[in-house]
Amino acid sequence: MSDFRRIIAKRKRQDFVFNIVGIVCTLVGIVTLGALLFNLLSDGLARLDWTFLTSFPSRFAARAGILSSWVGTLLIMFVTACAAVPLGVAAGVYLEEYARRNWVTNLIEINIANLAGVPSIIYGLMALGLLVYQFRLGQSILTGGLTLAFLILPIVIVATREALRTIPQGIREAAYALGSTKWQVVRHHLLPYSVGGTMTGIIIALSRAIGETAPLITIGALTFIAFLPPSPVKSAPPFVSSEWLFSPFSVLPIQMFNWVSRPDQDFVVNAAGAGLVLIIVTLSLNAVAILIRYRVRKRIKW
Amino acid sequence: MAEAKMDRQDRTRGGRAEERTRTPVAVQQSDARVAASHPATKAEVQSLNFFYGKLQALKDINIAFPSNRVTAIIGPSGCGKSTLLRCFNRIHDLYPDTRYEGRITLQPSGVNIIDPATDPVEMRMRIGMVFQKPNAFPKSIFENVAFGLRLLGEKRSVIEEKAERALRSAALWDEVKDRLKESAYALSGGQQQRLCIARALATDPEMLLFDEPTSALDPIATARIEELILTLKEQVTIIIVTHNMQQAARVSDDTAFLYLGELVEFSRTTKMFENPSNKLTEEYITGHFG
Repeated sequence: MSDFRRIIAKRKRQDFVFNIVGIVCTLVGIVTLGALLFNLLSDGLARLDWTFLTSFPSRFAARAGILSSWVGTLLIMFVTACAAVPLGVAAGVYLEEYARRNWVTNLIEINIANLAGVPSIIYGLMALGLLVYQFRLGQSILTGGLTLAFLILPIVIVATREALRTIPQGIREAAYALGSTKWQVVRHHLLPYSVGGTMTGIIIALSRAIGETAPLITIGALTFIAFLPPSPVKSAPPFVSSEWLFSPFSVLPIQMFNWVSRPDQDFVVNAAGAGLVLIIVTLSLNAVAILIRYRVRKRIKW
Repeated sequence: MAEAKMDRQDRTRGGRAEERTRTPVAVQQSDARVAASHPATKAEVQSLNFFYGKLQALKDINIAFPSNRVTAIIGPSGCGKSTLLRCFNRIHDLYPDTRYEGRITLQPSGVNIIDPATDPVEMRMRIGMVFQKPNAFPKSIFENVAFGLRLLGEKRSVIEEKAERALRSAALWDEVKDRLKESAYALSGGQQQRLCIARALATDPEMLLFDEPTSALDPIATARIEELILTLKEQVTIIIVTHNMQQAARVSDDTAFLYLGELVEFSRTTKMFENPSNKLTEEYITGHFG
């Protein structure tokens, strides 16, 4: 009897020890993130005001702002999303629903998984050779957006496939049994039901792309730019213009990198301000992803 | 599609008389006395072999399924009863490495369902299926029933009318008429299964396949589905796969007993359960194995 209790007590001690270890490990991550945020806030918050958001960079730290870089980030993300989402979702749907399982598709699958792990600067090099020199797209917003689209394409494909896989086979069979063609099954059932997972994947991928610096520097993004790209909306017909696609650009992380590397302490404060903006944008993107997932899960429970 | 529509008209007009003259081959073989009182054949399975890759799941199956009756397929797990059922709407085509041999002739049109030249999409529109687990779409109750009609490109008014009729046929209308816009997932399991039946009925199929439709349901929901199946045979020919022998006895007119991919016995349900002609059937029915 006492033997029994001794063994139980021992096992409960092990339980307790792991509990503590677990808490410590979790705290390491959370405390680091907290410290990082606190550091950014204490450095950059004072710098964050309307003029900072609406001024171009300048030689004088006090007058410098992030207008051209946040506009650049926004436009680049727009191009990236426009290119990566349809390509990635279509490829994901094809691989998951249409492609026959054979050694070719297996090879493609393995390589897509590998592509997701390729260092981002390699994508920069590829884009420099292909988009800038070969297709002569210039060191432009279009080139930058496409480069990041290549970078996140594998993530979007994988996310789409994962989302499709969560749909029970019974739903597919039900749709086919009513006489749907494959496209009708995809269009009316699979895409709508997987939108939560797919959108989450896309947003996570975009929030990775938004912080990328290396590939954009590789293709020749500017670090100092004191003008905005031409407006996509015009007052005269046809009212829209694609001129902005070919404009040079800078993005927030490059602006940060540029400021941090200056000796003047005031510029480092500017960098913290820009970093704060970047973090706010990323966290809001993630919040949107969580919201979408939550709303879809409330509607669809398998 | 045009063919499917014509076929339906055929059935309602002069098709009946012609159907009656046809004598089902397999029934003749197993029980001539029964054959005489049998109505026309709806679907005739002839020398059907089915393969999953190298594995032969069905071996030389010959059955004539009579029109406007309920035929049960029974047998132990893995005997091929679901496999046989799923040949009728070519759902096997969705999976690689599956192969059919032989014929399944759908009457009165005489089309061979499993002919590679036959369009599986058309067969699925003409032959509805209800699955083991209720698999309603995560859409509204109305959209679930309307989906098959939308595939046919029906007009809005037609869709509404036929959806209501299907829900009435599935004995679900009174429970859902005030909440057609609500999610189908708000319904209970039994209601969802009746919704799946309504969904299959909406497009006026010639046959309805039930694959163990009550195995995920409680006894009360099961009783309602069984009741429903008995009323539905007026409008449509029904095949039901079940592992519940009492259910087969309750709902079916004829029963096929499959064992290890072969048809052991096919006869009137009353005869099968009271006086089976095969030793193996008797042992299965009395619970000696399975």
